[in-house]
Amino acid sequence: MTSRYQAPFAPGGSAPIDRSLADRLLALALEQGGDYADLFFEYAVNGSYGYDEGLLKSAGRYVTMGLGVRVMQGDATGYAYVESLDWDALTHAARTASQIARGGTSVAPVALSSKSLPTRYPVVQHSLDVDGVAKRALLERADRAARAHDSRIVKVSASLNEELREILVATSTGHFAWDSQPLVRFGVNVIAEVGNRRQSGSSGGGGRTGIEYLESHTPEAHAAEAVRQAIAMLDAREAPAGEMEVVLAPGDSGILLHEAVGHGLEADFNRKKTSNYADAVGQQVASELCTVVDDGTLMSGRGTINVDDEGYTPSSSVLIERGRLVGYMQDQHSAKFFGVTPTGNGRRESFRSHPMPRMTNTLLLNGESDPEEIIRSVKRGVFARKFGGGQVDITNGDFVFSLTEGYLIEDGRITAPLKGVNLIGNGPDVMRKVVMLGNDMAVSDGIWTCGKDGQSVPVGVGCPTVKISAMTVGGTDLGG
Amino acid sequence: MTTNETTASRAKELLRLGDEIVERAVKGGANVAEASVREGAHLSVKVRLGERELVEEAGSRAIGLRVMIGQQVAVSYTSDLTEAGRARLVEDALELAQLSEPDPFAGAPDPSLLSREADWPALDTCDPTMGGLTAGRALELAQRAERAALDYDPRIINSEGATVSRAVATSALVTSGGFRGHSEGSYVSLVVNPLTEDSDGKKRRGFHWAARRFLSELDDELEVGREAARRTLRKLGAKKIGSAEMPVVFDPDAGRAILGLLSSCVNGGSIWRKSSYLVDRLGTLVSSPLVTITDDPLINRAPGSRAFDGEGLISRRNMVVERGELKTYLLDSYAGRKLGMPSTGSASRGSTGGVGIGATNLVLQPGGETPSELIARTPRGLYVTEMMGFGFNAVTGDFSRGASGFLIENGALGPAVSEVTISLNLDELLKRIDGVANDLDLRTSTASPTFRVSSMTIAGR
Repeated sequence: MTSRYQAPFAPGGSAPIDRSLADRLLALALEQGGDYADLFFEYAVNGSYGYDEGLLKSAGRYVTMGLGVRVMQGDATGYAYVESLDWDALTHAARTASQIARGGTSVAPVALSSKSLPTRYPVVQHSLDVDGVAKRALLERADRAARAHDSRIVKVSASLNEELREILVATSTGHFAWDSQPLVRFGVNVIAEVGNRRQSGSSGGGGRTGIEYLESHTPEAHAAEAVRQAIAMLDAREAPAGEMEVVLAPGDSGILLHEAVGHGLEADFNRKKTSNYADAVGQQVASELCTVVDDGTLMSGRGTINVDDEGYTPSSSVLIERGRLVGYMQDQHSAKFFGVTPTGNGRRESFRSHPMPRMTNTLLLNGESDPEEIIRSVKRGVFARKFGGGQVDITNGDFVFSLTEGYLIEDGRITAPLKGVNLIGNGPDVMRKVVMLGNDMAVSDGIWTCGKDGQSVPVGVGCPTVKISAMTVGGTDLGG
Repeated sequence: MTTNETTASRAKELLRLGDEIVERAVKGGANVAEASVREGAHLSVKVRLGERELVEEAGSRAIGLRVMIGQQVAVSYTSDLTEAGRARLVEDALELAQLSEPDPFAGAPDPSLLSREADWPALDTCDPTMGGLTAGRALELAQRAERAALDYDPRIINSEGATVSRAVATSALVTSGGFRGHSEGSYVSLVVNPLTEDSDGKKRRGFHWAARRFLSELDDELEVGREAARRTLRKLGAKKIGSAEMPVVFDPDAGRAILGLLSSCVNGGSIWRKSSYLVDRLGTLVSSPLVTITDDPLINRAPGSRAFDGEGLISRRNMVVERGELKTYLLDSYAGRKLGMPSTGSASRGSTGGVGIGATNLVLQPGGETPSELIARTPRGLYVTEMMGFGFNAVTGDFSRGASGFLIENGALGPAVSEVTISLNLDELLKRIDGVANDLDLRTSTASPTFRVSSMTIAGR
């Protein structure tokens, strides 16, 4: 289904970019020398709707459009972008980027050819094309449902963000690919209050899909989940401090994996030997229970792509198999260095930035344990249910992630809710301490955005119930 | 943009574009229209192990628009400045405004508070010579800085590179309420990231950086490189320590992060949304009497300085916390109306046209001690240089983050520490500040000297 928003450079648009035009620009980019060049045209329309205090208070629409040109000579990259699609601007960008290779040897671009791409995000109806009144009604439903649920809810806000990103990639290695990437995200935030105690709760989701997402994941369901969390946390007690057993709930907890091992397996850090996983292919880097994949094919996933921002189509790449490191996530540049095929992980935030190896949907696959048996096996520990985000130092794998909903486990039973707390560990260490793995793998609903070198891209995460034998919980209760 | 004349003529061009958009929106039925037009040029270069890795250069221009029809509000933004793109910008905003619902607190700022050109102080926010930092010169600067780090000690075995960036921007704001203003800014930064390795092969990354509005004021690149090497080497052998309660000394980088959390909690938007632990706390003690925090947009050449706020109101210095007492929230016109208070001139115009609230130069005022004196009177404690993660709940003030730094033993910095968390509710943390040092440096718009908290929970082994 097509949208009423259309990139001017797309086939049938007002300023279509065809192969011959792209050819000319690539030739200009390589005029000074260089062994690789690519063009990245992008047109993105974003919409945002914010519902607050029972009113649709803010509505916005944002259009960005431009071309990024990259020229490479060895490990050196020249990059330039422009926000206008007239010929003078396009050639200016190509010439600016070409300066990096001045005086170097040059390769002739390969003739451009289009290949057919998979269809991983079929859309019934683009959110951007839906009448605003209907979208307002969806937000109203979330607001009403949250208030009706519990009289202790004192503030409700709901938001809908929609995006349609059209890209056209042309490379001197012959790729010529056009893709249209939808993205929807719906969210509800509530604040519950009793006396002078206040707590917040939230729920959100979406993916590369249309407005139909909200038929299977209703505003009422998100409202109920946000309320559940806020009310549960009203009774939160001080979290323990120190090393103990930790059980991760399925789905969202994949963010731990994203931080603990995902970033360290991005090929650029390994090419530069700045990652703790450099030169470790073939080695046992995690417990034998662990198989980790980066899967860009998940139907309608937030991190799914038909084609990456360098023209390669990702598949499901095995990164770690039964604890053994199998390979890295590659972009074109790193793949050339390692002498392997690019894995389709070359992604960028927008035409304003150059691509790097990035995750798509990173998943820890199922084990064989019954999730309830995992909880029962814990004498005293923490059950981690929801997360606010995480961060890693890729040079050594030290990472933290913040728990927004966690519970104490005492004698094999989940008991008291805990105040927000950080979990801290070392990636390789924690992956070796995975002692039980559930058979209940779930992919998180589409909420996660990953940041690297100042560039943000949407990603997916997923895992089953995971038991880690020892991790540091950063609470305030020393138990003394 | 290398001379003042071109800057002035650019500003004139942006104002003209703003006039046109406001006129179109008003004609289309908006009773309030505010257009912000921005134009910028940036250069970023990176070298790694002496070789060029990246040269990125670009110019950009975009328009953000906020309109109101009655009290219905919408915003739109475009980087497509063709006639069709500009027409679409205005149509989108008007269409969305009809969709949004009347908000009784929405409206233009009080016209009597709008600033005039004569009110604007000269803040010297733009270096007219910044454009002279060409890609070639920037690469040399980065190379020298990285080389100084690599040569400092043979244990520096690898590098994530050195980056030099510069940005120059001009922006104009035109409103249907009669405000027309423009501002110019520049910023240059240098970051060096060396790597070292423990005897067991664990890699350690450190960094040091410098940033200024004026190129001539940027710290010596060789010294930045050497300091990056020193900061990396001192992390060798960092270990977890046992869980305990102890005093914590925050260095200026870590201290700035704490101040940033407080900034989000005094933001008027968080107050009316009740998503701050500082709701209903005006006039009460929110920290130790040693703490005085100002938000001052009027500091010459400082990174957060500006002559007028995002709604065109006069810039003023706000006393946020005075000797421990919370004196004001930071407010724009909207939050002011919601809370029944006047705006504090703290509106910030987002790049996409919307108006939010933002601090300008938010500064924890320095005390009298040197950082070493603060450390010297700590028999045993943790000196924190870096924090990781997002463990802060603004609604409750609960704070828990990953930290690394050094153990303080007998009043001196001891072994390196990593992989621990530090936790304490922010309200209590600020009240337990028992020492503020004198080492304030305005490299960033939120800035803090070294300070000490008498006791926090450290979770480790």
